[in-house]
Amino acid sequence: MTKLLQTLFDGLAVGSLYALIALGYTMVYGILQFINFAHSDVFMTGAWVAYVVAATAGWAALGGDAPPLYAGLFTLFASMLFCAILGFGIERLAYRPLRKAPRLNVLITAIGISLFLENIGQRPELFGTQPQKMPQLLPDTTLFTIADVNFRVVDLTVIAVALVLMAVLQWLVFHTRLGRAMRAVSHNFSVASLMGINVDAVISFTFVVGSAMAAAAGFLYVMKYPGALKQPADSTWILLGLKCFVAAVIGGIGNVRGAMLGGVLIGLMEMFGAAYLSPHMRDIYVFSLLIIVLLVRPAGLLGRATVEKV
Amino acid sequence: MALLEICDLDVHYGAIHALKGVTLSVEAGQIVTLIGGNGAGKTTTLRAISGLLTPSAGQITFDGKRIDGRPPHELVRLGLAHAPEGRGVFANLTVDENLDLGAYTRKDAAGVAADRDKVLRLFPRLRERLLQPAGTLSGGEQQMLAIGRALLARPRLLLLDEPSLGLAPQVVRTIFDIIREINAAGTTILLVEQNAHMALRVAHMGYVLEVGRIVMADRASVLAASDDVRKAYLGGH
Ligand SMILES: Nc1ncnc2c1ncn2[C@@H]1O[C@H](COP(=O)(O)OP(=O)(O)OP(=O)(O)O)[C@@H](O)[C@H]1O
Ligand SMILES: [Mg+2]
Repeated sequence: MTKLLQTLFDGLAVGSLYALIALGYTMVYGILQFINFAHSDVFMTGAWVAYVVAATAGWAALGGDAPPLYAGLFTLFASMLFCAILGFGIERLAYRPLRKAPRLNVLITAIGISLFLENIGQRPELFGTQPQKMPQLLPDTTLFTIADVNFRVVDLTVIAVALVLMAVLQWLVFHTRLGRAMRAVSHNFSVASLMGINVDAVISFTFVVGSAMAAAAGFLYVMKYPGALKQPADSTWILLGLKCFVAAVIGGIGNVRGAMLGGVLIGLMEMFGAAYLSPHMRDIYVFSLLIIVLLVRPAGLLGRATVEKV
Repeated sequence: MALLEICDLDVHYGAIHALKGVTLSVEAGQIVTLIGGNGAGKTTTLRAISGLLTPSAGQITFDGKRIDGRPPHELVRLGLAHAPEGRGVFANLTVDENLDLGAYTRKDAAGVAADRDKVLRLFPRLRERLLQPAGTLSGGEQQMLAIGRALLARPRLLLLDEPSLGLAPQVVRTIFDIIREINAAGTTILLVEQNAHMALRVAHMGYVLEVGRIVMADRASVLAASDDVRKAYLGGH
């Protein structure tokens, strides 16, 4: 029972992190119908910026004096801001000029941006080629224990921040004028522009929001796994990105609620697999889930099987 | 000066020369119809006016301002609304949200609410279906939504692309009555139609487009009586 609950809790923590990243994939796909391969690198950048900010500020590494409370929030916002600008720039400089080009060109460009970010990230004046230890911004303690299940501060923070961000996004997309414009644009660019919607601005905004969410996920990721912040070109990042993309597909690519659901599902799948089957096959569970979902519901759990747009 | 003036307009789709020196004007307060066969370039003309296409030559003037080459979202603010061919309702959004998007550029909440009410009185069917995804509406209802949504922009010039397409005769009549009503309330209309018969009945002026060129321009009643038009577009009776 304890193991079950503990696994459930761990799965939710990992899953909400995945969900944050999956949202970026799904929002961009929903509007531009292409897979933004550079998204996992924005996530990586978010994690590294968090590190650079915290390290530069001199907040203690593991075991030192506890940093001030605002340290975490400050780092989170700095990272989100940086990546929002990065996402804006990527769209503006790399994708927008290709707005009318075949999808494949954009896809290849995305891969190019991804490689670019990984490699430029390794420059010594940026993040370098060595793994780092993240300063401990959150107390490494258990906040409370219920039925022998440990609720660690870090995991609770991950879940709380992810929930808040997702609630804000949900509100933004479904209850604001801008969100309505986003949904209109994702349905049809030209008709949306006939409503007076500045389609380019909406697309920029989508990238800003998606990238900020990825940065938040990057921050939470290094909070959760502070021990080894992998170098920018490490395959860990790509694999994590890929998993979150899978989450978006499982939920129904293009569907915001689907991405949240998909993220949580693969987090649970991974943790339950690791706890009850074998901890060495985590990725296999995730991809098996993908295959099963696609067999049963090709459009994803919440995706609607749509007819190709005319 | 007319509300809309198009002068020597050329539009290309790659190598396809879709409009060849189109010149036409729409006087404020009128209904002007543009008729012609399939592929004549009617839709292309409307798309060039609303900014969806950039002409390769010629100019478009709206209310004295050059508008060719300007993006559609700016033109909406100048008072142009375009209900596109095939309706283009946002299928995944509710009827309500579609209507809200029609008023996207407007800040006068009270005015929008009043116009919304007017639109729903014009199309009572929509009122019953406000919370339904627009994709689940029938073709006729989607057309009503497309027109209603365009009206919510409170346009000075309304571009309608084949509002009668695919509708039952009964509904077609309703739609044309409403077009008249909208015009009587002060909105200028440029109406593209395959149904030349109905279009010439409601319009003040008419233009006939054939493979990218204007071949006739006259008062609608004159066109309706012309042998050439009758043969080509009115089924010869
Ligand atoms: N996106 C496009 N790419 C290439 N050619 C196009 C495109 N859109 C239209 N055309 C061509 O331009 C010409 C004019 O098309 P347009 O859609 O304006 O005709 P239309 O008068 O509206 O016809 P219909 O009554 O069938 O709607 C046609 O020959 C058409 O094939
Ligand atoms: Mg047409």
